[in-house]
Amino acid sequence: MTSQVTDARKPTDVGRPTDGHRTRRRSNTTRKTVLYVVLTLGVVAMVFPFIWMVLGSFKTNAEIRRSPLGFLPENPTLDNYAQLFGRLDFTTFFTNSVIVAVFVTLGNIVFSSMVGYALAKLEFAGKRLLFGMVLGTLMVPGVVTFVPLFVLTSNLGLVNSYPGLILPFLITPLGVFLMRQFIGSLPDDIIEAARIDGASEWRIFLRVIMPLCGPAVAVLTILTFLGSWNNFLWPLVVATSEEKYTLPVALALYSVGQNAAQYGLMMAGAVVVVIPVLLVFVVLQRYFVQGIALTGIK
Amino acid sequence: MVAVNPALGRAPRRRSPGRRKLTWTAWGFATPFLILFLVFMAGPIVASLLMSFTDLTTRDLRTPFNVNLVGFENYVHLFEDPRFLRSMLNTGIFVVVGVPLTIVVALLVALALNTGITKFRTVFRVGYYAPVVTSIVAIAIVWRFILQPDGLLNGFLSWFGITGPNWLEDTTWALPSLILMAVWRNIGTLMVIFLAGLQGVPQEQHEAAMMDGAGAVKRFANVTIPALRPALLFAAVITGIGFLQFFEEPFVMTRGGPLDSTLSGAMYTFNQFGFGNYSFASAASYVLFLAIVVLSLVQFRLLREKP
Repeated sequence: MTSQVTDARKPTDVGRPTDGHRTRRRSNTTRKTVLYVVLTLGVVAMVFPFIWMVLGSFKTNAEIRRSPLGFLPENPTLDNYAQLFGRLDFTTFFTNSVIVAVFVTLGNIVFSSMVGYALAKLEFAGKRLLFGMVLGTLMVPGVVTFVPLFVLTSNLGLVNSYPGLILPFLITPLGVFLMRQFIGSLPDDIIEAARIDGASEWRIFLRVIMPLCGPAVAVLTILTFLGSWNNFLWPLVVATSEEKYTLPVALALYSVGQNAAQYGLMMAGAVVVVIPVLLVFVVLQRYFVQGIALTGIK
Repeated sequence: MVAVNPALGRAPRRRSPGRRKLTWTAWGFATPFLILFLVFMAGPIVASLLMSFTDLTTRDLRTPFNVNLVGFENYVHLFEDPRFLRSMLNTGIFVVVGVPLTIVVALLVALALNTGITKFRTVFRVGYYAPVVTSIVAIAIVWRFILQPDGLLNGFLSWFGITGPNWLEDTTWALPSLILMAVWRNIGTLMVIFLAGLQGVPQEQHEAAMMDGAGAVKRFANVTIPALRPALLFAAVITGIGFLQFFEEPFVMTRGGPLDSTLSGAMYTFNQFGFGNYSFASAASYVLFLAIVVLSLVQFRLLREKP
């Protein structure tokens, strides 16, 4: 596209003095350099806490607290990690986080796709009302449902259980919205063709629609898995004993009180929670961008 | 991008025979969602409103229907409680300062990334977005270290001969510190939204304006901003909604202190829940909900496309 634009402009440029060209190019280079410098400074400020966290996890507590602060660890040590895994049952916390996130993600994919298909491609009584309700809840803050959800979970006997951690998050209005938007953008012809061939709606959904939903499902998977992985207020209240703690809960409870001064240890804990997610994010980053574009404006 | 949208020429959907059967099938697709939605979302939203007019406390946990109606008493008490008023003021400051700050910084980053930056584009994007995907608990650990009296920020300031305060323990500086943290955490989301929005800025108009001799500032005001209006509206609404629910930063960093200087509306609500004052917490959450609705409506008014 860019080359086309340049080509199209060329004829009008023929008569111009080459001087103007040169100054423009030079000022462009300066401008670009400034942009790169500013953007780099900005990005360093953004990721510095992460770098500091990783470096700190390899330092002794004495070294972290020393003034003036050093940047690189002088005697890199794995002590913090050894202590972390020795003292706390991080394997359990990690497993709990994975179990909850996997079920929450699966639920969101299955339920959002199904209702998304109905909302996007089927005509039925109550459709507008259903979609209206879903959109309406997008604006409701989490604290509004918090108390009744706790009363409900408590009366169902689900406190300190996996269902208690999973059930309230199996559906999200945003997931429904995303799947509806995506399925709506698929052409009707393929559905009509399958209907003429005598395929049932369920068969159409499973064999025609879902195979085309790859990109939307990818986005939904990443966003929900991540949301669940980082979720911490609900698990903090519902998981009441150590064997049900998720990683953020364990870290939050562990990083207060007397442990708060154990900076190296805390940084190591933070690294264990953050780095897997950051790695996945770096690999899949283009889907994040798509996700926001899909749910937001186009 | 320039290609004609094939969906535009689509024929209206034909009514299939056996419409009633189709309605049943459609509800078959929607029912599993609907049940979960009613039980875990719509139900609690309504229940919360009803609870706010009762005297439900932690003692009634097992018998949530055996409570007395108290009318608007909870709401009256709420507005008589100086701590609640303080929490709403703090939330207001947070929104008024935090939302525009996040939007401006994110817009600047997006504009910079959109001006012919070809190298390291992905690196920049990943870097600015990284805080968004990170667990707040982990972030809190690092930021507590950054903001403590002999921490990173004060170490940096001391290069310039400035003695920084104890950021999180100082009633003046605690809230600004948390705002800074929240802005840092939210830039990425808005940057991506603006980058998507900038794709829709008509390049021809830009060139036409340039031919007419319009400077960069004029082109930004007359071409870029109008084209970005939907993106700006979306950004303002979601950031507004998010910042009104300001909770995680004070919860993990200051617990609302020192002296309630970082106590937010959502934090107040959660504290009341913790004290076992369930109906009171519900009332507070509905006040917050109402504030969100009002703010969103105002933003729609101010920013929606001029006819």
